[in-house]
Amino acid sequence: MLALRKKKRDFIGTSAIWLVRILFFSLVLALFLLLGKIVSQGIGTISFEFIFDDPKNNMTEGGIFPAIFGTIAVTLIMILLAVPLGVFSAIYLNEYAKDSIFSRIIRTSINNLAGVPSIVFGLFGLGFFILFIGRGMDDVLKTGLLFGQPALIWASATLAVLVLPIVIVSTLESLNSVPKSHRDASYGLGATKWQTIKNVVLPQARPGILTGTILAISRGAGETAPILFLGAAFFLPNLPVSDLCIGDYCIPMINPAKQFMYLAYHIFILATQSSNPTKTLPIQYGSTLVLIVLTFLLNITAIIFRYRFRKALGRL
Amino acid sequence: MKEIKIITKNLSLFYGDKQALKNISLEIQDKKVTAFIGPSGCGKSTFLRVLNRMNDLIDNVKIEGEVSVDGVNIYDKNIDVVNLRKNIGMVFQKSNLFPKTIYENIVYGPKINGIKDKKTLDEIVEKTCIQSAIWNEVKDRLNDNALSLSGGQQQRLCIARALAVEPEIILMDEPASALDPISTAKIEELIHDLKQRYTIVIVTHNMQQAARVSDMTAFFYIGELIEFDRTTKIFTNPSIKQTEDYITGRFG
Amino acid sequence: MSEQEKEFYSRSKDSKYGKRIKKFTRTKESLIKFFFAVNGVMALIFIILIFIFLFKEGFKALEHIGLLDFISTNRIGTDGSSQTVYEWYPTSTEPRYSLIPLILGTLLTAIPATLISTLFGVAAGIYLSEIANPKWKEFLKPMIELFAGIPTVVLGFIMLVIGASFFNDLLHPDNRLNAFVASIGLSFVIIPVIASLTEDALHSIPNDLRMASYGLGATKWQTISKVILPAAFSGVSASIILGFGRAIGETMIVLMASGNAANITTNIFLSVRTMTATIAAEMGEVSQGSDHYYSLFFIGIVLFTITFILNLIAELIINKMRKKNTF
Repeated sequence: MLALRKKKRDFIGTSAIWLVRILFFSLVLALFLLLGKIVSQGIGTISFEFIFDDPKNNMTEGGIFPAIFGTIAVTLIMILLAVPLGVFSAIYLNEYAKDSIFSRIIRTSINNLAGVPSIVFGLFGLGFFILFIGRGMDDVLKTGLLFGQPALIWASATLAVLVLPIVIVSTLESLNSVPKSHRDASYGLGATKWQTIKNVVLPQARPGILTGTILAISRGAGETAPILFLGAAFFLPNLPVSDLCIGDYCIPMINPAKQFMYLAYHIFILATQSSNPTKTLPIQYGSTLVLIVLTFLLNITAIIFRYRFRKALGRL
Repeated sequence: MKEIKIITKNLSLFYGDKQALKNISLEIQDKKVTAFIGPSGCGKSTFLRVLNRMNDLIDNVKIEGEVSVDGVNIYDKNIDVVNLRKNIGMVFQKSNLFPKTIYENIVYGPKINGIKDKKTLDEIVEKTCIQSAIWNEVKDRLNDNALSLSGGQQQRLCIARALAVEPEIILMDEPASALDPISTAKIEELIHDLKQRYTIVIVTHNMQQAARVSDMTAFFYIGELIEFDRTTKIFTNPSIKQTEDYITGRFG
Repeated sequence: MSEQEKEFYSRSKDSKYGKRIKKFTRTKESLIKFFFAVNGVMALIFIILIFIFLFKEGFKALEHIGLLDFISTNRIGTDGSSQTVYEWYPTSTEPRYSLIPLILGTLLTAIPATLISTLFGVAAGIYLSEIANPKWKEFLKPMIELFAGIPTVVLGFIMLVIGASFFNDLLHPDNRLNAFVASIGLSFVIIPVIASLTEDALHSIPNDLRMASYGLGATKWQTISKVILPAAFSGVSASIILGFGRAIGETMIVLMASGNAANITTNIFLSVRTMTATIAAEMGEVSQGSDHYYSLFFIGIVLFTITFILNLIAELIINKMRKKNTF
């Protein structure tokens, strides 16, 4: 007789599924507790003065403006250095380079470089940018010790090398997701290679490239380890800004040869190395909240972009 | 007298070391429909792509022999491939419209060839849509996304897009294989109309389709051209046994 | 030649097809290609430079210090007896460069972190791919990604100011800052890595397999445990390997929460010092060209090599899986 009515008893299975559920939601709970703690402790510190003032009284009071400014300046230069180079080289690898063992080795190296510890990039920045390029420039230009020391430009350049593989990998993925049949259609209509890339491939890949780029920027802005010895400073009385003068007309510009304050570094230094970590705790929480908001804004933008990108791809 | 449009002589094609086409010689006539049939993997699609040099886009492909269109050897090293592909339209197995509007899809070809005038472009859209029998279905929704059309409409729009660059030859690679019978019938009817003005080469795995739409039929088997003759002859009285076996369904 | 053929070839003079390539078009296309190639080569040069500089500086350590001294040092005691010590003490007058305590410290934080993260990460992957309602998933998956976007200095900070006290009251460890606290912090970084890659691996299993299992009367859990997980086994293990690699290479959390004492221990409740934290803490203070300086680069090589190999293994596994799953 068929026992259709009998409900199958699977006690172990049901409990296993509940266990998975519980593990997942405890994770979500932990995330909310973490964020909740930062927000509740940090929100009291946030004020107009906190964002736009300099630190005062040996950093136990005042704001964090120089750290915010430094973060933006470093990230901006990093974007200029890494994004065009990364996107263009990905276009070369995916659209122009022939598929050979050589190109596969390059792809594999880039993939794996994205997983190399960030502190190792810091070593590279020190060994290559500061000691080799910087000191080399000092020797050649006879400037004394000017370039061969920690500075904003070297921190940006190092972070750029750090995010370069991430930009390349995500651009490669986006370019790869454009169907070959669309390229064929374009060639079949008499388009040249560049016309095909410009009119068919890039418009479809753009949201994906943008997503990867934003994620890379957020990674760079939140990174601390590689810049520890590349020019991040405990406290600086002045912003890394100098007037760039053409005749009598001067505009303030980011001066990449100076040292800088950095939000992530600021949190680290206040929490571990300041004379009175307990007294500065509100400032630490406030800075953490600002950093979290900054990276989350970037990440949420990226997630929304990708959501739209996938939806558009799903229609093909 | 029948005019010849394309001649291939002793054409061979290699993917690396593997020979995919062996010594193919045939003549394709102007303003006629020529069908390529044969079991999958026989080289018929590869041969079609030889005719507008689409195989150039694949690494490791080597081609020997002659392919001439209107008396010009198109594999001569000075030939402008881009110009060649402009004059030989291609319709693919699966509709490959761009994720743009219907209008943008059709004017893609003319635009990259430098036509910018909005009025001219509008005229091209109307003319090609009428020619490809889709005008009534799309005229009110030219700014909709092309991917919102049905499969059969998309494939006819692909034909319209190919016509927009004013080719003389149209290559079709199994254009109806992914479509339902009604849409297939519409495409076949369209092919029949188009042959008044264009030379059409069609690859198909559907023998009834070849019999219905084509004037000439070529039968390919493992990279070789087995038989090439008038369609009526191939389907009623083939001279080679392999062809007969395939037509009557004894293999393939 | 037949009459037809003669007529055919005579048409070549005014044929549309005989058009030569315009020099302008050809130049423009090759200039564009050249531009992209230059970028590609530059990116490649940077990648090669990373290898070169790291290894160039690190191998100098071998000339000055010697490979064996990175394992142990012989110390002559005051009474003249010789003793083999495993210590990292590069600033001493008798510098000692044993990497053993640092490697132990790294493993003592990375292994517990990977174990914890495997439990939660794989569970989260299973939940997202197999159990969650698709509508919820669209909202929950980005949340895990946001998790991954938290800067590590923030996690280090939280472990330092909240986590350490919490576990101190709960477990009464030997040191307030210890390997266990650091590994909890690391888990926050590793869980999203494992979760999202596991989700990808499970998601790439064709739906037919699920339907076949349900069709044979299996329950949901039977389908997950007997069909889906075995089929995605390689993808899931690749995600764990990648997570382990991240745990080894993470700096800020261990720097802030592990206590940074180079103990030789397997006690998870003692302070430890990892390879990454050693570089981070000491690089700012060494003089360039000293043995200490080169030894830090040598640690960099060790880290680079370990993570590169782990990533390579994971990539090979994933590539194999992709090949298998494309039918």
